[in-house]
Amino acid sequence: MTAPILEVSDLGKRYIIQHEAQHQGTLRDTLHQGARQLWRRLRGRDRFEKEEFWALSDINFAVQPGEVIGIIGRNGAGKSTLLKCLSRITEPTRGQITLRGRVASLLEVGTGFHPELSGRENIYLNGSILGMTRAEIRKKFDEIVAFAEVEKFLDTPVKRYSSGMYVRLAFAVAAHLEPEILIVDEVLAVGDMQFQEKCLGKMQDVSRGQGRTVLFVSHNLGYVRQLCPRAILLDRGKIVADSDTSEVLKVFSSKTVVPPHVQGAPKGPRITDIAVDPELLEHGDIAISIAFESPYVIQKPYTGITILNELGHPVLGTDTSSDPINDLKPSQGGTFRLLLKAPPLASGRYQINAWLGQNGRGEDDHWPSAREFHFPGHRIRPPQFSTELAGSIDIGGHWTLL
Amino acid sequence: MSTHSQTPTLSSNAASATSHELVIEAGRSERHYYLDLWRYRELLGFLAWRDIMVRYKQAALGVAWAIIQPVIQVTLLTFVFGKLAGMPDGGVPYPLIVICGTLAWQFFATAFSGAGQSLVSNTNLISKVYFPRLVIPMAALGVALVDFAITLALALPVILLLGPGIGWQLACLPLFILLGLLISLGAGLWIAALTVRFRDFRFITPFLMQVGVFVTPVGFRTDILPGWQSLLALNPLAGLVDGVRWCLLGGHTQLYLPGLGISLIVTAALLLSGLWYFRRVERQFADII
Repeated sequence: MTAPILEVSDLGKRYIIQHEAQHQGTLRDTLHQGARQLWRRLRGRDRFEKEEFWALSDINFAVQPGEVIGIIGRNGAGKSTLLKCLSRITEPTRGQITLRGRVASLLEVGTGFHPELSGRENIYLNGSILGMTRAEIRKKFDEIVAFAEVEKFLDTPVKRYSSGMYVRLAFAVAAHLEPEILIVDEVLAVGDMQFQEKCLGKMQDVSRGQGRTVLFVSHNLGYVRQLCPRAILLDRGKIVADSDTSEVLKVFSSKTVVPPHVQGAPKGPRITDIAVDPELLEHGDIAISIAFESPYVIQKPYTGITILNELGHPVLGTDTSSDPINDLKPSQGGTFRLLLKAPPLASGRYQINAWLGQNGRGEDDHWPSAREFHFPGHRIRPPQFSTELAGSIDIGGHWTLL
Repeated sequence: MSTHSQTPTLSSNAASATSHELVIEAGRSERHYYLDLWRYRELLGFLAWRDIMVRYKQAALGVAWAIIQPVIQVTLLTFVFGKLAGMPDGGVPYPLIVICGTLAWQFFATAFSGAGQSLVSNTNLISKVYFPRLVIPMAALGVALVDFAITLALALPVILLLGPGIGWQLACLPLFILLGLLISLGAGLWIAALTVRFRDFRFITPFLMQVGVFVTPVGFRTDILPGWQSLLALNPLAGLVDGVRWCLLGGHTQLYLPGLGISLIVTAALLLSGLWYFRRVERQFADII
């Protein structure tokens, strides 16, 4: 067995949050704070309150040459910090990273592009910033231009490019990097659908065809599933799961903590609880109850929900305006109940967004990702019919051969 | 961060794709830093080239900017020092003394302010890509070199026309250009690193410039002030200005060697301390910029 191309052991990154000095950015502030600190110390008081924040801690993993690994996690889980440590932009506080190969990191599309320079000039500049040599860029130049489809505008300053052209050119340069280890952060989320597909294809070439080692961060779980056989799940700076992507995605969706509900106006009507009836769910029906309370009597209480699939795409929605309640009474609290009888949804994980209000306007409270549930579906779809491929609706079909 | 055990692999692509082991650890960035800097020399070239292109593309007047400012300054300084203050010219037409002084000063001013602002104006690079950060202030010197070349090309005919003639001393000019680059880099590194840490250092540069043009012998020759020469030389720019004047006026001004020595020592101190401070705060740049 060969040595891992990338080894991370006991990695930690600490940031220090200063509470009292919020803007420590100017000399004046620093002098001011220094003087106060000195004064406090002279009087024997505490020093300024500093809070340590470990953006990453106890990170351990190894990557074999040719592996393609997805790194997933919610916002603030430490994905970007990890990539920044790996690509040497910021220094770790603890631990060690061993890299056995040339690394290129792509944390942003078009880093260093200058609007005044022409497309041709920017290809050289950006390529060099990303770590290509002049000779390499020259060799790949035609390929890059062809991929970006900007032949006609090579000598136009990129400030006159459409945003689509700009992004295409930027991605094209990056896609032609030839490092042994490629670190990519959320860069596929650019351009139109067609170009995204093209980028995805290029990424697949890079990883499968050319045997490159790739670390790939994305919020789009569909891309992660498609590109990466293995995934690492980060949560609050720690590795929670590191295994086959499908396993990790399961952990991810079960682990997804319900975000703490930020209440609506402090003294206004608010949603107090949302529940999905587990028994009915087993039978293929979805019953959602939304409990609410209000400091005053609401004349026409109003609520609504949308259901999102595991990719975060909305699949259906309903509210009490489109499907009115017959005997709506003024109320100061209570529980709405919604029954979705045998919805034609495929088996999978779904999320509920809910809102509350009055007179047909849901302005009093909004609770995104309030609950998550697993819908059994009417049948198990074959594994290649993933949500990103076949969508969330599964109504079957009648095939015949004529 | 260090690179060792270089074993070239039989990689099909890119000759530079040598496989090397790189260990990233807290506080380990010291070793091999300058080797890394050498590896990134092409990026240095590209960044300098970018700055030059942008400077001359963006400005509608283009090259004119490199000229208008010095011409006005020469006129003003000639008037103030030559006419109002009546400083002795020592047999050289007074405008020439000022032209040479201004050439040197303008070179320093462009290089220094460019290097000083370079980190802040390249924030996006610093937070998204790794390379030895020294590349950025060094690349900023490129613009100053090109500006200097243009102004020199325009000033030379005037110097030949009005001046007492040039001599072998002109061959020493590159040495003084190098001195100017080192002074600018030393001072620029301090300002660049301090500006990242404390944004208000941005406002210090124009102030330093205003004071500098008077404490530097831009508008007068130092060999007519024997008592002051050593004191003036504490400002390394005095050595630079004197040197450039000596080169361009064919030795018709004197080069005060002890003063030049002092200037060189101060330059070395400035550069080394600048490098030290820059390297010390460099690893936090991405976190605080």
